[in-house]
Amino acid sequence: MFSKILIANRGEIACRVIQTAHRLGIRCVAVYSEADRNARHVAMADEAFLLGPAPSSESYLRADKILQIALKSGAQAIHPGYGFLSENTEFANACEANDIAFIGPPASAIAAMGSKSAAKDIMLKADVPLVPGYHGADQDPALLKAEAEKCGFPLLLKAIAGGGGKGMRVVTHIGEFTEALAAAQRESQNAFGNPDMLIERYLTKPRHVEIQVFCDKQGNGVYLAERDCSVQRRHQKVIEEAPAPGLSDETRKAMGETAVAAAKAIDYVGAGTVEFLYDEDGSFYFMEMNTRLQVEHPVTEMITGQDLVEWQLRIADGEPLPLQQEQIQIRGHALEARVYAEDPDNDFLPVTGTLHYLRTPDENAHVRVDTGVIEGDEVSVYYDPMIAKLIVWDEDREQAINRMVHALESYRIGGMKTNIRFLRQLADSKPFRDQELDTGFIEKHNDLLFQKDKTDIQSQLALATSYVLETERQTQPNKDDPDSPFNLQTSWRLNANYSRPMEWVVGEDHHQVSIVEQQNGYDITVDNVTFKVSATLSDDHLRVVINGHRLSIHGHLAGNDMTLFREGQQFQCQLFRHTFDESDQSAGGSLTAPMNGAIVAVLAEAGQIVKQGETLVIMEAMKMEHSIRAPHDGTVTEVYFAVGDLVSDGAALVAVAPVEEA
Amino acid sequence: MSIIQSKVNTRAEDFVARQESMQTAVSDLREKVSVIEQGGGPSYQERHTARGKLLPRDRINTLIDPGSAFLELSQMAAYKVYEDNIPAAGIITGIGRVSGQECMIIANDATVKGGTYFPLTVKKHLRAQEIAEQNHLPCIYLVDSGGANLPQQDDVFPDRDHFGRIFFNQARMSSKGIPQVAVVMGLCTAGGAYVPAMADESIIVRNQGTIFLAGPPLVKAATGEVVSAEDLGGADVHCKVSGVADHYAENDQHALQIARTCIANLNRKKEINLDIKPSVEPLYPAEELYGIVGTDLKKPFDVRDVIARIADGSDFDEFKKNYGTTLVTGFAHIYGYPVGIIANNGILFSESAQKGAHFIELCCQRKIPLLFLQNITGFMVGQKYEAEGIAKHGAKLVTAVACAEVPKLTVLIGGSFGAGNYGMCGRAYSPNFLWMWPNARISVMGGEQAAGVMATVTRDGKERKGETWSAEEEAKFKKPIVDTYEHQGHPYYASARLWDDGVIDPAQTRAVIGMGLSAALNKPVGETRFGIFRM
Repeated sequence: MFSKILIANRGEIACRVIQTAHRLGIRCVAVYSEADRNARHVAMADEAFLLGPAPSSESYLRADKILQIALKSGAQAIHPGYGFLSENTEFANACEANDIAFIGPPASAIAAMGSKSAAKDIMLKADVPLVPGYHGADQDPALLKAEAEKCGFPLLLKAIAGGGGKGMRVVTHIGEFTEALAAAQRESQNAFGNPDMLIERYLTKPRHVEIQVFCDKQGNGVYLAERDCSVQRRHQKVIEEAPAPGLSDETRKAMGETAVAAAKAIDYVGAGTVEFLYDEDGSFYFMEMNTRLQVEHPVTEMITGQDLVEWQLRIADGEPLPLQQEQIQIRGHALEARVYAEDPDNDFLPVTGTLHYLRTPDENAHVRVDTGVIEGDEVSVYYDPMIAKLIVWDEDREQAINRMVHALESYRIGGMKTNIRFLRQLADSKPFRDQELDTGFIEKHNDLLFQKDKTDIQSQLALATSYVLETERQTQPNKDDPDSPFNLQTSWRLNANYSRPMEWVVGEDHHQVSIVEQQNGYDITVDNVTFKVSATLSDDHLRVVINGHRLSIHGHLAGNDMTLFREGQQFQCQLFRHTFDESDQSAGGSLTAPMNGAIVAVLAEAGQIVKQGETLVIMEAMKMEHSIRAPHDGTVTEVYFAVGDLVSDGAALVAVAPVEEA
Repeated sequence: MSIIQSKVNTRAEDFVARQESMQTAVSDLREKVSVIEQGGGPSYQERHTARGKLLPRDRINTLIDPGSAFLELSQMAAYKVYEDNIPAAGIITGIGRVSGQECMIIANDATVKGGTYFPLTVKKHLRAQEIAEQNHLPCIYLVDSGGANLPQQDDVFPDRDHFGRIFFNQARMSSKGIPQVAVVMGLCTAGGAYVPAMADESIIVRNQGTIFLAGPPLVKAATGEVVSAEDLGGADVHCKVSGVADHYAENDQHALQIARTCIANLNRKKEINLDIKPSVEPLYPAEELYGIVGTDLKKPFDVRDVIARIADGSDFDEFKKNYGTTLVTGFAHIYGYPVGIIANNGILFSESAQKGAHFIELCCQRKIPLLFLQNITGFMVGQKYEAEGIAKHGAKLVTAVACAEVPKLTVLIGGSFGAGNYGMCGRAYSPNFLWMWPNARISVMGGEQAAGVMATVTRDGKERKGETWSAEEEAKFKKPIVDTYEHQGHPYYASARLWDDGVIDPAQTRAVIGMGLSAALNKPVGETRFGIFRM
């Protein structure tokens, strides 16, 4: 076995590989970009090398540097993870050339699967089923009709030059074909200037089912069951599971054997995934093969009890497959949810920010969190915004879903938007529980998955207010004099009742709150709705009774930003407080010479538009340089001196007219 | 540990009657305070806020730590004293916590006569400074005042305890290391200009605060110079040119934030060398004080029932329980602070006076703060008592009270008459704080007694001249005397004249005393040296 390997990746997969390597007693070399100096994978590794600036092209994609580091550090193998250089034939070749094991398939296999059309040809020869259809150049209508009959119905007529649904027709019966073809051709001609059509079998409810395969250098291959990755949005997997619900053992066997055959057809070595489109009727068709370890490999690990990274390492080292096909058993059901920094309510747009607050579910035999970040880390624009993978396992799918829902509810992230609420809603939705899976799942159940929070803003703000009050209670008291009545957070007033005001901002809206201390808690009035609230806070956990309803919620207060977490729902609001930047305390700024001296630089000229704080003139006096800065945004109307001029204390140096307020 | 067993029958007729009378008095107090809190009234308040200024109480609410308590002082100041209504004497004073420090806050109310100083405004300002000095509390002045009220200048300007004393106090406090911070949020004219000028640090609000010795009208009259208030003494002038102010604020909120920062930078720590325990609530509800005490001073009550509703855990270790029983003395804690309680439970005799003096010696030796619960008609009179030397025994108590250097807090929970007032640490004995309950009365003697004494003197005179005086004539003679004593002995009358630091709701007594103790302990407890005790 290797004694030292290099991990040419970052984030959760780098951490994942290091974990297994360490378990096997292998030392790990990490590489990192400038943005990842303090990243978890760097801290976990035995040693780490800086690659370069944050952009991948200057860091994690620098094959040359990575090889150099591998050679310098004495690493015997490189694990590429997924993404980055994992399916780069040149890199795989370069490794080989430098006598460093590439933990992945041979370059030839990567190349073979790299081109989709070439891959399909290879698969056709290996008797791997492809989606039936006709892609030929001969567009004779009679031939097309004959091909259509061969393909079977329903089928899809697609413009070869097409896109965006133009020149596309679903044909459910042979009788409709001629007419539909003519219409599609006309449309295609109009839209793209090319009437050529291709024919493909139309799958009404296609599912994405993929087979995990492994091949060793001795030429053996096995499959480790399948994964269902049907729940996707824009070709991005959201929730993956294993085994695929409703898949019969026969089909599993047929798909598995087909997948192994496909792998063998290209002399595959290591971990690979053969992706199929799976139709309701049990038929399946080859889509593509991924020649790397997949993001969703943990679900396979959970149901097979195997460590796939360990398999990779052993095979790369020349060992035969750890298990024979008949030794591979599957048990229970596993689900994986990908936790992303993104805004599900805004078309899943990726977001960036700092993970000010991060609480993950407790890990145990049922719950696993694969992550590369810790609290305080940045989710930057440079890399994939995936924060973690949450993996659960249980005896059956129903229980696994319950575990997933519960785990998502205790997964709390403050500081940026995430898809946790969406994931929870999805996992808990009836169609998902009912296994109504297909690749159109999210679009189909849009209404269900994007339901707005049922709780009203007022009660959320009452909870937020009580969180702030309890936080104050804990943080305000003077440590030296803890029981002084001045330290009680009761807004006590002599001979009067005082209702303390508080102001919250939700989105753009301001909400006024008033708080009146009561015997055991407080009356919190939000926008004229009064709540009786009592609460206790321990760490970030608020146990609260609001109008008699006992709740358990979590919160995070960073400055004025409050995030409440409740059953996987997140509620965000800001405390409105008057804050003033003391650095602005310039009393309007001065454009006069602070003392006698000489002008050494004039950086502005009349008519120039300047921003507040911009340096306009630099003068030297008492051996020090003094910058004269613009007191506000505006236009320079006059510069009274030139470089070299001597000026006296108090002399006006520049005039700046403020921008007229609209 | 000796927990007071205080069993009161809250259904008893007497209890209910007392409760109702006290409830009426407390409701009246709270109602009057709620009116006083309106300052100069809605129209002046609106004019004030329309300028972007915060009302004085909102300034205080913004200045103190969010959610913390504010112990306002002398809310009834100037109540029904002047022809004009001058709520709270046009100045709000009190103790609040700012950036973790207990501070004396003195805020002008510009909605009341432009925040000008009436005689009682001066008195209230000086009293607040006196408290600050006695208890080492940093002072924050929220200045918004036109200066001395000119029609009243003879009672405001010339004497020792008049306007000038404010600046004297600022200088003396600063010299003792008691920080002085001024926030100029409005006018700060003439003498008033010295508040920020004498301060350790001063803050001024742009376009609102002005500091000048003479305002534009006076300048024009004196020299003919025409200048705007802002150009004469605004924030820009004083922060950039004159250096009279140190910090430039955009508005009230900003200024108060800067003030909080100033206090945060004081590098001050409250060092308490007392054995503080965790605070425990009393075992009995404070509201029962209403029914225990009532408002009829002639109806007695056991003061232990009062202590049981003030002391931590109702725990009270009595000293000399069976000697001089008309004075109850003992050790307790309030909000965890140790305190020696001296409470009247009847008229003072020689024994009770000696017991009180002994107990004060104990507390001073041990540096335990003293709490006086006053309900005293006076010392016992008569030949027997004079012969046993009640005067010298009373003098011992007065000497002990006068010389005690521990914090002294006095609450008038009933009558406060004659020399009893002295022995029980009345205003003249400089307690750190003195408060009155709404049922309390204060005068040299009771109205009935005073009328009786004066009637006797009058009758004797008439009889010497051979005249007669009918019972009706005597009653007619006595009535106005009794009425005057009742009127002048009322807490509102007393509080209006700053004879105390405020009339308080009995149910809030524990909190008020706790804050008083907390404030007093900002100053290290000093060593006591007693004078000669006449033996």
